Amino acid sequence: MTTTQSSISSTSPTPTVPSGSGRVANIVLDSFTEAGRHVRIIPRNIEVLIFATIQPVMFVLLFSFVFGGSIQVPGYPDYDQYLMPGIFAQTVVFGSVFTSVGLAEDLSKGLIDRLRSLPIVQSSVLIGRTLSDLVRNIITFIAMLAVAFVLGFRFEGSLTSAAAATALLLLFSYGLSWVQALIGLSVGSVEAANSAGFLWMFPMTFVSSAFIDTRNLQYAWLRTVADVNPFTQVTNAARALYNGTDPGDAVMWSLVWSIGLVVVFAAIATRKFKTSSE
Amino acid sequence: MVVPAVVTEGLKKSYGETKALDGLDLEVAQGSVFGLLGPNGAGKTTAVKVMTTLLKPTAGRAVIDGIDVREDPRAVRTRIGLTGQYAAVEERLTGRENLELIGRYFHYSKADQKARAAQLLEMFDLVDAGDRVAKTYSGGMRRRLDIAMSLVARPSVLFLDEPTTGLDPRSRLGMWDFIARLGDEGTTVLLTTQYLEEADRLAEKIAVIDIGRKIAEGTADELKDQIGGDNVRVSIMRYENIERAKEAIRTLCVGAVVQDPESPMTLTAPIRAGGGVVPMIIRALDDAGVDVMDVEVRRPTLDDVFLVLTGHGTQMPAEEESRT
Ligand SMILES: Nc1ncnc2c1ncn2[C@@H]1O[C@H](COP(=O)(O)OP(=O)(O)OP(=O)(O)O)[C@@H](O)[C@H]1O
Ligand SMILES: [Mg+2]
Repeated sequence: MTTTQSSISSTSPTPTVPSGSGRVANIVLDSFTEAGRHVRIIPRNIEVLIFATIQPVMFVLLFSFVFGGSIQVPGYPDYDQYLMPGIFAQTVVFGSVFTSVGLAEDLSKGLIDRLRSLPIVQSSVLIGRTLSDLVRNIITFIAMLAVAFVLGFRFEGSLTSAAAATALLLLFSYGLSWVQALIGLSVGSVEAANSAGFLWMFPMTFVSSAFIDTRNLQYAWLRTVADVNPFTQVTNAARALYNGTDPGDAVMWSLVWSIGLVVVFAAIATRKFKTSSE
Repeated sequence: MVVPAVVTEGLKKSYGETKALDGLDLEVAQGSVFGLLGPNGAGKTTAVKVMTTLLKPTAGRAVIDGIDVREDPRAVRTRIGLTGQYAAVEERLTGRENLELIGRYFHYSKADQKARAAQLLEMFDLVDAGDRVAKTYSGGMRRRLDIAMSLVARPSVLFLDEPTTGLDPRSRLGMWDFIARLGDEGTTVLLTTQYLEEADRLAEKIAVIDIGRKIAEGTADELKDQIGGDNVRVSIMRYENIERAKEAIRTLCVGAVVQDPESPMTLTAPIRAGGGVVPMIIRALDDAGVDVMDVEVRRPTLDDVFLVLTGHGTQMPAEEESRT
């Protein structure tokens, strides 16, 4: 290819989207391109990643040292074994906020307009974004797991169960990423996206079994809320699998919730994205 | 038959009560540079967004290279390049990566992505900065990268929404050169601007829009003619001669001879465009025994056009005045 004799442009429009690739192939290709854009930036924004990891570590230390002596959970002589999976779960949930913040940022900077003016499959903008946030969550998870091990946390069950527990957590966070995608598309600014996320993520993760046994909650209604909270199901499933105990039907409920979130919110968010031109 | 690059017919777009576009008709010839001129809130960005498939019109249609934006937005997107009002570059990627990224969206091979990126970096004077993250770029560099990104796939129509707003005078001149070059090479360019000078300088045809409607259209010269031809300003040496001067030049002018309220020894009057009148004016004054200090002919600027057409001016940034 010669670069010397080239012009900035040419009059004859070149059909630039190669034919022969079906729609599914295009979705995959475009989503990966879009995910790649975000993933490539992760190491360049290392301080964001560091803070995203420090925060759960801080939670681990705070809860373990402050409440460690006073919180007793039946079946868990060591509170840390109970607490850590809860922190893991909370961390992946908080990680989903990157989706809404990132989308809001791209929207406000006009990058979304640029993408929408390209002949790409529109939904790939959202698929790419959520996939890249999954990658980011995996990185944070690995860092957090390392710290947890240093603090004495151990997989009491098989490695397979531990892997299954991790997969359940990440799948749940992926579902929430789609919820956050809808939020990111709906609010007007990065700040609003950030606040809107924490508005429901805090209650969701605290009114749950993440840090305490829900049977110890002082109001019956609060107990009910905590027990039906999907976050409780996911935490219970992951905790049981990490500790080698029987998760009961928590695994099933986790899967139902997570897949349900992905399906429902991907549909709504994609629709919202496509109709943003009206 | 050659279809126009851009056609809009009765384009309307409302945001609730606000009519951002209120029946806009445009036609942009293939290979031309077209200027959409209007003040803040005129509907320029809205028009560009409709033409580039980002917004659906409330009514009317927009057709790019013969393709209706509503019927086949994807086909339209393969033919257009959009540089929005605010530079849309990925700040944490380098200039080169930004360009390659667009190539990837167009499913170019790795080699083609790289080659095209290198080409465009060169075209837009960004070779030295090509491997720096765009966050470190100046406003002018960022804008150039932004436009380069819109050109990766060699669009047949390029939309530039206020390409020089916010640039310093020198960067603006540089940007004008780039845009003029694009026009020379045959790309159809539709640019919006609030700068009358910019439209005058770059666009072969200009549409003036205000509150969502086209209020005038033509070449810069045609627009100037709409508010009359040239104006002459005559300054004389002695005030007592003012009435005699008025009388002397009256028949040479095509309209009323008016005394400038701010400088009473100056007369202004419209004259027929084209040469010949000024020497006659000087001679007539001389014959009448009026000592002339200065005679100046002024072609109306697009500012004047705007004032006449809309009844309100455009706000011009201070930098505009200090430039020639
Ligand atoms: N999303 C929106 N919601 C409501 N009103 C809008 C929206 N976008 C634009 N408008 C209104 O539509 C009108 C035209 O706006 P537009 O952005 O097209 O103007 P413009 O000519 O690009 O102005 P500027 O020179 O400031 O960029 C304005 O009155 C604006 O307030
Ligand atoms: Mg605008």
